Formats: sequence, structure tokens, C-alpha cells
Amino acid sequence: MTGETIPAIQFLNVRKVFGEVKAVDGVSLDILDGEFFTMLGPSGSGKTTCLRLVAGFEQPDEGRVLLLGRDVSRLPPYDRDVNTVFQDYALFPHMSVGDNIAYGLMIRKVPKGERDRRVNEMLDLVRLSGLAHRKPSQLSGGQRQRVALARALVNNPRVLLLDEPLGALDLKLRQQMQIELKTIQQRVGITFIYVTHDQEEALTMSDRLAVFNHGKIEQIGSPAEIYEHPVTPFVAGFVGISNLVSGDIGERITGSPDTFSIRPEKIHITDPDTHVPEGKCSVRGKVRDVVYLGLYTRYLVEIGDGRDLVVVAQNMDTTSMDVLSAKGREVRLVWDPEHNRTITQSGERALV
Amino acid sequence: METNTTIQTTVVSRSRAASPLNRLSTFIYLRPWLIMLMLLGPPLIWMGVVYLGSLAILLLNSFFRLDGFTGLIVREFTLATYRELFTRSNMDIVARTTGMAALVTITTAVLAFPLAYTMARVASRRIKPLLYLGVLLPLWSSYLIRVYAWKLILAREGIVSWFFSIIHLTPLLNGLLDLPGVGGPSLSVSPIGIFIVFVYVWLPYMILPIQAALERVPNSLIEASGDLGATPFETFRHVILPLAFPGVVAGSIFAFSLTLGDFIVPTALGNSSFFIGQVVLSHQGTSGNVPLAAAFTVVPMVIMILYLIGAKRLGAFDAL
Repeated sequence: MTGETIPAIQFLNVRKVFGEVKAVDGVSLDILDGEFFTMLGPSGSGKTTCLRLVAGFEQPDEGRVLLLGRDVSRLPPYDRDVNTVFQDYALFPHMSVGDNIAYGLMIRKVPKGERDRRVNEMLDLVRLSGLAHRKPSQLSGGQRQRVALARALVNNPRVLLLDEPLGALDLKLRQQMQIELKTIQQRVGITFIYVTHDQEEALTMSDRLAVFNHGKIEQIGSPAEIYEHPVTPFVAGFVGISNLVSGDIGERITGSPDTFSIRPEKIHITDPDTHVPEGKCSVRGKVRDVVYLGLYTRYLVEIGDGRDLVVVAQNMDTTSMDVLSAKGREVRLVWDPEHNRTITQSGERALV
Repeated sequence: METNTTIQTTVVSRSRAASPLNRLSTFIYLRPWLIMLMLLGPPLIWMGVVYLGSLAILLLNSFFRLDGFTGLIVREFTLATYRELFTRSNMDIVARTTGMAALVTITTAVLAFPLAYTMARVASRRIKPLLYLGVLLPLWSSYLIRVYAWKLILAREGIVSWFFSIIHLTPLLNGLLDLPGVGGPSLSVSPIGIFIVFVYVWLPYMILPIQAALERVPNSLIEASGDLGATPFETFRHVILPLAFPGVVAGSIFAFSLTLGDFIVPTALGNSSFFIGQVVLSHQGTSGNVPLAAAFTVVPMVIMILYLIGAKRLGAFDAL
């Protein structure tokens, strides 16, 4: 974070257009050396194009991409000291696992002995020792994912690019790999740039993340900053679930005309006649829908003007029978105003 | 409420079951072996009985012999026909045909690869259908007509000779035609002519499988190779070529076997040096020596079997 270190990657006002579509629309960004940086956004938001601009598969129409201070905008992929883990893994089907991992070293004419040693090191790192002779088609999805990671890491790149690498794995494996990726990143100390549309994944692994929308960056910050202080309606809605409240109802609750967001887990759901303590926000409503999710329950509460608030409550003392019978009931919602986030910047209204 | 639903479903399913067509569908649906039989029956009868049957009769015939005096076929087991096959002049024909087939195969592969690559990976969505059309269009007209069209193109008075004359290279063409073994009075009556026309007629059969193989190579593999430091040439050598290899082998099987058995091209453009197809035709037709014709037919079959074994050894069918 100090001023004298050169960022691993710098975007200087980068633009990239595909036909009519502005895929990347004026992105400026510093990614620090050794950082686990995530580009988060819905599909078509420009995050993957940004990754491909770093890899060299695309060239910017405007602006520059710097790798450790050096302009690489016009360099082909094979002249850049970065490696990529592809979404579909892109393992060479005609080569064994060992040959796949050794590919980059073979191209750079690293002697056979050293090549074998480093391949084995990598197989150990990703816990696939003994599978060097298998073909990629004989591996499970999770194993292929690790081979793809090993194949990229063995080259010791300055920056590792990961394009939704866990997208094809099932939930359990994905959560396990999230932790493993983070551990590996800390062990090897390489800058990771991770692209995903999964906000939970982004919050779990990143040192910092950038939220993308329509080719632009909406907000950059640590996971906690992004979650707790979303600056645009889009970020508030995309990262976690947020209730956006504005207009008359908002003014009735807070006394201010500003739009604010409130997270569903901050809201308590109580009987309509409960006494509201001094200084709390409160609003009456009617439970429109109840979704029982085991660990917690999600309520959709209509608070007038056809506006709904999402409220979640842990099922600490309640059973499914209790919560499901709440449908149609009059309730009062109560929360601490310190959790209200005033949305300062304008922007597109997000899905809530 | 619940009883209502039950009654309704029953009524619906009864009315569907009443249709005889529906009952037939259910009858077949519940018997997977019947579906299999319906799918495989017709082609199995065709391939198994008609094709394999005639192949067996062919093999059988090659072990009979022709009585030279009476001109009748003696139907008892003998190796005499094979002994006749392995004479010097017949072996020359086998060598000439196989050599031509090998040369034609290699040339079509070399010519087809760049075009197949362009079709699969380079051409835009607008150009691609035009390239397909260009490759397939010749196959819509009779192959016989195209061969004779080539005879005109290659004739002494034809466009090729004319072109050589206007660029003042007629001596080069004549020198080529004077070469012993491959030359002749004109391109339209020479092994060179046969070679040119063979390459032309089998080219689509080489382009299409290579193009299909290249089409199946995901873009990400090529990007991954570049990402790992490989220049485009290295990517071609280590990734694209190995993955296109099964397509090249498939195409070469077409080009090779079609050349081995063809009798029209050498008849139209050849001289007195025969190819296997012509010999088979003349033995079973003009001279009525069906056993020797059958024995000759066994030769390309054996060569193709050896070829396929070799291709399998090289791993051409691993991706199937």
C-alpha cells in the first residue's frame, strides 16, 4: 500500500469495444503486487474482457495496460509474464497431466531434469501426486481444475489470472477450492486476479475487489467495505441482498428524503404492537411470502405502496411450522438506523 | 379436493391409453431391445448380408481358377490364381497403383490443410458458408463429367498448354512430358495428368474431415498455449497439428482407398500402364477371369487393412 511500490497491474483509462458493445468503458485501476484481487460483476459487465486484456488475448482500443510499470498493451500473450487459469480449464486432451503442466517449461526449453522436478513440486502443491501419467479425460472436474492451476503456476508468473475457475464445480467442492486457492496464493505470493460473478466467492477470497457493471467499475474496496458501505445502488444490490428504500416511505422512516439501503439480516421482525425503543427505525407491514431455508428463513414483507422488504431471520428457536404460518400476518419491522446506508452516487437501480 | 384430483388424472390417462397408436408407442417404449432392433435392423441387413455376403463370395472366388482351355471357372480350392497374381507384371500394376495412391494422399493432405484451417478457424461467419459451398459444389455434378472436363483442360490444345505458351514456358511443359515413366504425349494422356485429376477429385474428402477435426479444437486451447509462452508456430506444432491428426488420417483413408480402387481416371487419362481398378474391370468383364479379378481386389483390401493398423498404432482413433 506504500507509494514507492509499483503496482503489479495498472489500467489507465482502458476502453474496448466489440462492434456496438462497449465491453470496457474507461477503466482505471491499480492492482498491488501480491494481492488477491477480484473482479466481480454480472455476465457482460466487462470483467472477463479486462482479464483478457491483461492476458493479451485482446488489445485495448484506448488506454494502456501496464504490467509492473511496463506498457504491455501491444504485446502478444506469449511475451507477457502472466498466466491464465481458464474457465473450461483448457487442458490439452492429447497430453498427460504431467505433459500439460510441463508445457510452459518445455516451450521455454527448461532442461528435462529440472522440468520433471518442478512438475512434481506443482503436483504436490495441488495435491495430485501420482496422477502425472493420467490423461485429462480420466480426471474429475476438481482434479482438472487443479491441473490447470498447476500448469499456470509452474511458470512462476508475476500475475496469475483466473477466469471463473470454480464455476463448473459443485457447491461443496467450490467452497473447499476457495479456501485452497487462497492458501496457495498466500504460499506462492503471486498476484492473483480472479474473475467471478459469485459475490460470496469474491467476499471469501479477496484482499480487494472491484465491482463491475456495464463496462465500468462501480466500486473498489475490501470485502467488508464493499458489503458494509456500498456507494451505488448497483453495488448494494449485487453484493449480498439489499433493500433500497426511497420516496415517501423512506422519508417517513428516517425523516430524510435520501435513498438508503438496509441489509435483510439487520432487520428484526416482531408483532405489530411491540413497543419500538427510542431511536430505532420501524415500519409496519404484512408478510407476503415466506421461504424456509433450513438455516434461516426469508420473509418478503410488504410495507405499503407495493414496496417489499426482504428480511432474514435465523431459525434459532423457530421451526418450519412456526415460520410458514407467518404468511399473511401483520408485522412490525425494527432496525438500528446505524445500519442504514445512504446511497450517495446515482447509478442504475439494482435487482433487490 | 384430493379425491377430485385423483379422478381427473385417471380419466385423462384412460383416454390416452384408448388410442391404439398410443398403446403401440407404450409397447415399444417399454422394450428397449425392440427399439434397438428397429434402429439397427435395416442397416444390419444391408451391410451384413448384402455387403459382407458379396465380400465373402469375392474371397471365395479368388481361390477358384479359370481353365484356360475351356474358359470355364473351375470351382475347387486352389492357390493357382494367387500364383498368377504374384507375377512380375501384375506386381508392377500393384506398385504403380499404391505409389500413385500414396502420392495423391500426401498431396491432397498438404493442399487441404490450409483451406480446412481457414474454414474452421479463420473465415468469418459470412465467408464460411461460401467456402463450404465451394468445396461441396463439385460433388453435386457427376464425377465422370468432371474427369472428362479435366481431360479437355489438360489436352494439348487445352487451356493449360495455352497458359504455358503465353508465359513462354512451353519447353518446361514439354520437358516434363518427356520424363520417362510419368510423361506422355500430352498432360491428358500421362501419369502426371492422372495424378492431377486424382488430387482434384479427392480433395473435398480430405478437406472435410480435417476441417471437422479443427472445428472441434476449442479456442481456449490455442489461447492457453499462447498464454504458456508458445509462439503461433509452436502452438501449431504442439497443439493444433496433433489434434487435427485424426482428421488427416480420416481424409487420407478416403483419398488412399478411393485412388486404389478407381478405374475411371486412369482409363480417361492413362496410357497402356494399367492400374488395379482397370485390371479388375477387364479380367471380370472382357476376359471373364473372375477368379483373377477377385484376387486383384483382395490386394487393395489387404493394403487398406495394413494402413488402418498403422493409423491405429499412431493413435489416430484415440479421440473417437
